[in-house]
Amino acid sequence: MSNATALQVLTANDFASDQDVRWCPGCGDYSILAQMKKVLATVGIPREQTVFISGIGCSSRFPYYMNTYGVHSIHGRAPAVATGLKATRPDLFVWVITGDGDGLSIGGNHLMHAIRRNLDINIVLFNNRIYGLTKGQYSPTSPLGKVTKSTPMGAIDNPIHPLSVAIGCEATFVARSIDVNIKHLGMVLQRAAEHRGTAFVEVYQNCNVFNDGAFDYATDRETKADTTLELEHGKPLIFGKNRDKGIRLHGMDPEIVELGKGVSEDDLLFHDEKAPEPSLAYLLSRMMTPEFPEPIGVFRAVERPIYDELLNAQITEARKARGEGDLEALFHSGDTWTVS
Amino acid sequence: MSITETPPAQVHQKPVVELTSATVRFCGDSGDGMQLAGTQLTNTSALVGNDIATFPDFPAEIRAPRGTKAGVSGFQIHFASKEIFTPGDQVDALVAMNPAALVTNLSDLVHGGILVVNKDAFDEKGLKQAGYQTNPLEDGSLGAYQLFAVEMTRLNRLAVEEQGLGQKESDRCRNFYAMGLIFWLYDRPLDPTLRYIDAKFGKRPDVAEANRRALHAGYNYGETTESFASQFRVNRAALPPGVYRNITGNEALAFGLISAAKVSGKELFLGSYPITPASDILHELARHKNFGVRTFQAEDEIAAITSVIGASFGGAMGVTTSSGPGIALKAEGIGLAVMTELPLIVIDVQRGGPSTGLPTKTEQADLLQVLFGRNGECPLPVVAARSPADCFDVALEAWRIATRYMTPVFILSDGYIANGSEPWKIPQVAALPRIPIEHPGPMTNGEPFMPYARNERLARPWALPGTPGLMHRVGGLEKQDITGNVNYDPENHQWMVNLRARKVACIAQDIPPQAVEGPERGEVLVLGWGGTYGAIASAVRNVWETGGSVAHAHLRYLNPFPANLREVISRYRRVLVPELNLGQLRLLVRGQFLVDAIGLNKVQGKPFVVREVEDKIRELLD
Repeated sequence: MSNATALQVLTANDFASDQDVRWCPGCGDYSILAQMKKVLATVGIPREQTVFISGIGCSSRFPYYMNTYGVHSIHGRAPAVATGLKATRPDLFVWVITGDGDGLSIGGNHLMHAIRRNLDINIVLFNNRIYGLTKGQYSPTSPLGKVTKSTPMGAIDNPIHPLSVAIGCEATFVARSIDVNIKHLGMVLQRAAEHRGTAFVEVYQNCNVFNDGAFDYATDRETKADTTLELEHGKPLIFGKNRDKGIRLHGMDPEIVELGKGVSEDDLLFHDEKAPEPSLAYLLSRMMTPEFPEPIGVFRAVERPIYDELLNAQITEARKARGEGDLEALFHSGDTWTVS
Repeated sequence: MSITETPPAQVHQKPVVELTSATVRFCGDSGDGMQLAGTQLTNTSALVGNDIATFPDFPAEIRAPRGTKAGVSGFQIHFASKEIFTPGDQVDALVAMNPAALVTNLSDLVHGGILVVNKDAFDEKGLKQAGYQTNPLEDGSLGAYQLFAVEMTRLNRLAVEEQGLGQKESDRCRNFYAMGLIFWLYDRPLDPTLRYIDAKFGKRPDVAEANRRALHAGYNYGETTESFASQFRVNRAALPPGVYRNITGNEALAFGLISAAKVSGKELFLGSYPITPASDILHELARHKNFGVRTFQAEDEIAAITSVIGASFGGAMGVTTSSGPGIALKAEGIGLAVMTELPLIVIDVQRGGPSTGLPTKTEQADLLQVLFGRNGECPLPVVAARSPADCFDVALEAWRIATRYMTPVFILSDGYIANGSEPWKIPQVAALPRIPIEHPGPMTNGEPFMPYARNERLARPWALPGTPGLMHRVGGLEKQDITGNVNYDPENHQWMVNLRARKVACIAQDIPPQAVEGPERGEVLVLGWGGTYGAIASAVRNVWETGGSVAHAHLRYLNPFPANLREVISRYRRVLVPELNLGQLRLLVRGQFLVDAIGLNKVQGKPFVVREVEDKIRELLD
């Protein structure tokens, strides 16, 4: 029977749980949920092998809506819950769903360590640059000057960029997409699913209640070609409605150049997601509007030993070297004496 | 005489005095190797068949400035030819390696006791650092003791000089010199220590030989100089037949956890963040990967508990270990474990608090924290170990309860039993209790799986990811009864709060009734828990010798209490609750049983001495 289950062809709908989805109408989360179900239907891993783990926040309700195993844990701790699960159950297909507050504020420490350990898990961070569930306070990704309920005179905390953080934590897979760019989002989630090691994906997600339009620049039909740049491995960095602009390196810094006028494609920066050093990925992660188009796609995809594999290899090695643990031998290790 | 052979123990040139018990304390700088000296004397005494109890006592600073009072480290061992329960109230022989060690430890030496000091350390600087105006070795202030001022530094250097070590390395052998002297004094064999030296210093033959020579030199000093008029002997104790080993509380917990995993067919996952005095459990477990033990040194205490929740959700035996400050950080995570009703173990090796408190000192002040230190109505079972060896049984019992009732379980230990040691009668592996665990199998009939349906013990099913048809979500939001869906309904919340409380309360029917040592009814019941067992048991026995009507009940189960506890308490006129806190169990006993319990409370970072408990009992009997 279990074989039959494994071979069953699944559709996106098979991944929908029986629970009503309770995000606000118009929330960007709906789109991410829809793309996730579609992608999971294609990767060929049975639902019962799949686990979604989240923390607290709007995004973290995600596991309730998936017909898989799931843990809706506590604020910020999803990466740690996932670590314990994946370390002991490497056979499972584990996803972490988090947000900019959950992942970068209260749970920043766990995010950092999960990424550096490189467990074979996928982390999707829904970045809406606001606290939605607690009704509209600024988040670690809110821009300077952002006026919110808790910053009536404007935010004075410098924001952080999720991808820069992930790259700084030695991430082996870093990508970005946008909630409404569904084809691209599906591609990025697919790539994350295929990556061996921790895949970190930032999704620009519109909170239409507390931070509506935060990503209009990147989604507006009129402007998006100039404000975003779709990364492709091995291809030059070209953007613009007429694909007539590119990114060139000027010393250590990127600059925007117009193609033609003495600049050819060969002069541009070429994307290399497999670059051994993370410098290029980091440089890309720092490109922000209005100075630059914001790159979307896979910034970095490299191989590095995987924590859960290393851990379990040590178990295998210890068993091979010393034999399966024997309580009798354990108890009698060291000096013993007999009382008769 | 060759110095590479053990002196024949049976040839005694001096008279031997037989004792039923002796208490020895080594003390010196934290870099002087006093813990090692104590451990070697402990292992040797265990091997010759004595009952033993030990008390290592060291500062939080790894290396406080040399010669200062802040840096004094001590190790006390009580060995006896009769059953003993504590490391001893006072010491019969004190070895002080410097003036600071002497000034901080002398008050515990019995009058007329043996005082061995390293005379060479009593120079101007050393005396000044200890605050001595005059040299106590010369001013007659130590007249109440049998003083042996030995030029240990000089004699040790002479003994090891052929090894060509530098002065610093030579002086590092000094603890073996001191050990040798004490081993002679108490007629202990050198072989176990020589074996230890071989194993430990095998890669440095020069150091190994120097340590051997230092050990022999100290031994021979006792034998040949005229200072010591006699030797002492403590014969083997009449322990129940069996094979024994010496074990510390932390080792016993580690062994117990590994055993619990084995007998339940699970693999152990430890998520832990280093903290004194619990880290040794992590260290011990990390050594046993061939048992399938996965240890995860988490980034913090919160990751430690939440990783364990993940592991438990996946079907592993999840354990996290910490001490008071770490338990505080874990509180929200433990609440999640209560809400998701996942079996796991949280170990609190208590230390002096609040806040960072006294990291290396013992206390019992986390009882209320583990019972109540979480938001909401958040009940969970709590068990406490009474002695180092008891930690083994408690670990097995905690996992039995956790899996039978699908609940996190707290184990309370403390710094005193964690680092202290005693003989452990090694159990027969085949006789260990089995812990059967069931997981629901695949469901293929299309029926919805009910993750919060319950069995007769009110436990929900432990359904594992990977099982077809049982896909379900758990989390911290209130659950609807049976379906486990998120539910905010007022009636459901009340029902679920009560249900979680009832589930834990009904464990009282599944644990042994409270046993009492001593008369079944009488004047005073001494009600204790945790690491105070030894002091209370000894005190009560002392009072029995003079005919006092006193009994001792020692709680292993602090939540729920054993079902008969109310009735037990009612059989005595007065209830005395000695605790290393300001009265936490007393508060519970008063609250639950409306009994006017009397407290004996000490918070000095030190365990009770027997005398303190005995005096209080006698005061109540008067």
